[in-house]
Amino acid sequence: MLVPISWLRDYVDIDVTMDELEEKLFSCGFEVEEKYQVGKDIDKVVVGLVKTCEAIPDTHLHLCMVDAGVHGELQICCGADNVCAGKKFPLALVGAQVIKTGKDHVTVEGVMTIGAGKLRGYDSFGMLCSGTELGVTEDMYEGAGYNGLLLLPDDAEVGADVKPILGLDDWIFDVSITANRPDCQSIFGIAREVAACLNKPLKTPDLSYTETDVKKDLKVTVDAKDLCPRYIGHYVYDVNIKESPVWMKRRLALVGLNSISNMVDITNYVLKELGQPMHAFDADYLEGFEINVRRAHDKEKIVTLDEKEFELNENNLVICDCKKPVALAGIMGGLNSEILDTTKEVVFEAAKFAMDNIRKSSRSLGQSSDSSQRFSKGVDEYTTDMAMKRALHLVEELGAGKISGTHVDINTGNSLEPHELVVSVSKVNGVLGITVPNEDIVRILKSLNMDPVINGDTLTLKIPAYREDMESYQDVAEEVIRMYGYEHITPTFIPTAEVTSGGYNLRQKTELKIKNALCAEGAFEGVHYSFFSPADLDMLRLPEDSSLRHAIKLINPINKDLSLMRTTLVPQMITAMAKNQKNGILSGRIYEMGNKFIPKDLPLTEYPDERETICIGVFGDDEDFFTLKGIVDTVAFALDIKFDYEKTHEPFLHPGRSAKVLCNGETVGFLGQILYEIQDEKDMRVNSYVAEIDLRSLTKYYGKERKFTPLPKFPEEKRDLCFVMEKNVTCADIENTILDTCKYVTSISLFDIYEGAQLGNKKSMAFNLVFTPGEEEFTSEFIDSLVKEILDKLNEKFGVTLRA
Amino acid sequence: MADLNELSEKLALLKQEIEGEIKNLSNSKVAFEYRKGLMDSKTGKIGTLMREMGKIPNELKAEYGKKVNEIKMWAQDRFEELESKLKEAEMAERYNSETIDVTLPAKMRPIGNLHPNTQVRNQIVDIFGSMGFEIYEGNEIETDYYNFSALNIPKDHPARDMQDTFYLSPEFLLRTQTSAGQIHVMEEKKPPIKVISPGKVFRSDDDATHSPMFSQMEGLVVDKGITLCDLQGMLDVFVQKIFGEDTKTRLRPSYFPFTEPSVEVDVSCFQCHGKGCKLCKGTGWIEVLGAGVVNKKVLEGCGIDSNVYSGLAFGIGIDRIAMLKYGINNIKLLFESDLRVLNQIND
Repeated sequence: MLVPISWLRDYVDIDVTMDELEEKLFSCGFEVEEKYQVGKDIDKVVVGLVKTCEAIPDTHLHLCMVDAGVHGELQICCGADNVCAGKKFPLALVGAQVIKTGKDHVTVEGVMTIGAGKLRGYDSFGMLCSGTELGVTEDMYEGAGYNGLLLLPDDAEVGADVKPILGLDDWIFDVSITANRPDCQSIFGIAREVAACLNKPLKTPDLSYTETDVKKDLKVTVDAKDLCPRYIGHYVYDVNIKESPVWMKRRLALVGLNSISNMVDITNYVLKELGQPMHAFDADYLEGFEINVRRAHDKEKIVTLDEKEFELNENNLVICDCKKPVALAGIMGGLNSEILDTTKEVVFEAAKFAMDNIRKSSRSLGQSSDSSQRFSKGVDEYTTDMAMKRALHLVEELGAGKISGTHVDINTGNSLEPHELVVSVSKVNGVLGITVPNEDIVRILKSLNMDPVINGDTLTLKIPAYREDMESYQDVAEEVIRMYGYEHITPTFIPTAEVTSGGYNLRQKTELKIKNALCAEGAFEGVHYSFFSPADLDMLRLPEDSSLRHAIKLINPINKDLSLMRTTLVPQMITAMAKNQKNGILSGRIYEMGNKFIPKDLPLTEYPDERETICIGVFGDDEDFFTLKGIVDTVAFALDIKFDYEKTHEPFLHPGRSAKVLCNGETVGFLGQILYEIQDEKDMRVNSYVAEIDLRSLTKYYGKERKFTPLPKFPEEKRDLCFVMEKNVTCADIENTILDTCKYVTSISLFDIYEGAQLGNKKSMAFNLVFTPGEEEFTSEFIDSLVKEILDKLNEKFGVTLRA
Repeated sequence: MADLNELSEKLALLKQEIEGEIKNLSNSKVAFEYRKGLMDSKTGKIGTLMREMGKIPNELKAEYGKKVNEIKMWAQDRFEELESKLKEAEMAERYNSETIDVTLPAKMRPIGNLHPNTQVRNQIVDIFGSMGFEIYEGNEIETDYYNFSALNIPKDHPARDMQDTFYLSPEFLLRTQTSAGQIHVMEEKKPPIKVISPGKVFRSDDDATHSPMFSQMEGLVVDKGITLCDLQGMLDVFVQKIFGEDTKTRLRPSYFPFTEPSVEVDVSCFQCHGKGCKLCKGTGWIEVLGAGVVNKKVLEGCGIDSNVYSGLAFGIGIDRIAMLKYGINNIKLLFESDLRVLNQIND
């Protein structure tokens, strides 16, 4: 919020520097996001009195001798049409900084430094300036809008800095206000805080005005009491629409508002000064001289002041006359009751509208204003009442109209008097952990107008009605400490707390172990968004009835690409691999551990299943199905379990190079090469593979008890066996059969596969088998018998023979 | 062989012969083989002499033995010396020939890294875990109640404007803050409670400095007599361990609906140590977390007696810490799995 310091000074004396003021506000909870002097771009411009002024023949220029007081008398060449002897103008000295304008003398093109120069052969030691060249508009200083020299008052001291004269020495603070302090969303609200932290008295705005005897039957009804707890209307007549005085225009300009006319300016002025949005209706256009605050009818229409038409519904609050809406409540007035130059009668409105409703209406209609933004932060009824008085005072002060006796106040009976809050001093100190001396507590709360009285441990406060946030000892503690100073807090280390045991639990530890194991395999951990795109599901070529398409939708996604909660981690992994390849990285391993979201019903009525999942992607010429399978096995290794693999078919995986992952017969994931079509679509340059494992179904194996197996007492025996078989017999077929047949076999490793002309339509696989003895030493005859048993079984099941 | 003089002559000649031969022995292996040949009891020149000892008459035996033994000892010493010399030269030659360019690239099996966020998270968990904090990971999908209402943010509250929320249904949403986990913890556990709750959170923001998903970590302590001083004391320890021993904290007033008083916590800039630099925008301080004393309404809503217990809570942006700590300049980089980014951070 922009706060001109000159305006603030109306209500509190400021005798500290701007840096100190910023520091004070910061330490009591108001961060100054930016502070700047109004004339920050202007330097070394003084009051110059033109002593002589002679036209230079055949040019539009004048040669002037200008008295610059202490800066001497200077010869200046000037092209402005209103330069003349005997008048005072702003004089930029050599070395001065002013605003640079274009050829039209109006367009601002940055800043420039004045040097000594020559025009048409005549020396010029400076420049006489226009308002634009000093960054001063007509609203800020009367006459500054003239496209020529800015005329200074006759009593201006020659040679003096022009900044104070033009208000350029004023400062603007852009103050950030936290959501709990809507009462500070105004110049006066900030003044209250500044008065408290500088320990200065607060001056109150002039709220006085005189009502005439004129009364008119203004009928105000509030149908939607829940959305409008307070509505004050006041009738003003004999209205004289004209320009506002310069002081008001200037202040509005400093907070970024254009002056429109006295009546409209008053509403804006009060909004900025007190934080209460106001509206003025042309009473001539209020049919039936009636105001009704109600929910809009479905499809009801209104055209607002900016000539935009809106179709409304019952969620929108409108101000109506006896027939039609005349304003979109709290957001913008209707064009049909706009204040015009011809307006003769006005009804002022100061109301409190439910902030939630204004915020939602403003959003859904896409229509916003200073008023709606202010209402969305919450206004208080104390200020609603005060604002109407202030507006009427300004009407009187500006001579903008006569104030009738017609005043209607619809309210819910909420008191505007301070309410009593009784708290325990020790509880206040208990929150802080320090003991703030009672006299400091009293001083601080007094400066915040809370009228504190301490009696023993009891602190009684009278909370002003605008402080709707003050409810408990905790709120009091915050008020005390922010004014007392956080530097008084002395660090302690929970001396009163009980000892607790902490750290990762079993699941968290196990997941970290898996992550570390994957890192050891050369994989990097990535993190992707929890939402993905409907297009991702299409990329995976999932059939319409695929369960993965049963995804939770975001009602208000940022865009369609981020509109579904992911049901698989695969598409983002594919995208990540593609992106790396685009960046020229042609080999790599990435994994992600994150949740996928499986709804129990749609739309959601209960928490969905958030399933921890690992996704692994590998790509590069040195990667293949089996390198990925090795990484997947690493997960099993970390958990001390065993995965089995079976051929499978996933719509996005190579049909001949994909497998499902099983653990004790339960499917827990899949792996395989990404379909060539997808790789092409994604411009992937090297073969890429992906695996996904559902960690949730593995949690039952977390924390598995580890037991030591004693080393065999007798030496193990090894045999290399080469089998010949049909091509469709798998490695797992052989391994499983051997393990089922012979209890002494503790390890089987494949070391060779051969397919070739020698074997015709068959293939051979060579294995190394380890036989581990039990209580007795092996004899070679015994091992031979075991091998025979194995061979017989393999032959019986798969027609396997031993290769000659 | 009766004449010992003859023997002496013969031995002298043999010596000469050996010395002559030694010059031709080019490497230790040949030298060894030559010596072995000499000593061979059947064919070797010295070995045969030794074998013939048996045929020597007894009276000459002692003298004969002495002389033959002398030459045997001499030969052994001579060859040992020779062989060790040759070996030394051979090793020197081998080392020389095997010398490599040690600046050639390493043969390394590459190891991956944990995500920068995971690294920071582990560091934070180490610190708070040792202080007795448990780790609670809540749901990413939450109800309006846990994310807002129970945290003292009713429907019409302006604080809801502070966070643009992704809704999944009128009731369910993507949590906007890990504070949502606070309530679950307080419902499930009785004080004393010490818990941190790291996780992903979501807000409808998407620009250079905002990502619609980011990571936060909430901390909560509920016990008897917990104060604002404890908050500062605990956070002092935390920032010193994360950012360095000389890091200081500064509390300043702020607002969160679920804490009262609420504070922003700034740390002294760890790059310029408070002098003012680009990182801290010249202020000497960096905003790192929000915190406060738990609002009694929140405690009471969870059935905790605020007359007996009080609490403190703090929230840290994990990505923010990671970005500050490692100098990562764009939050989006954290969620793109760009290996050129991920392989840089191994803390």
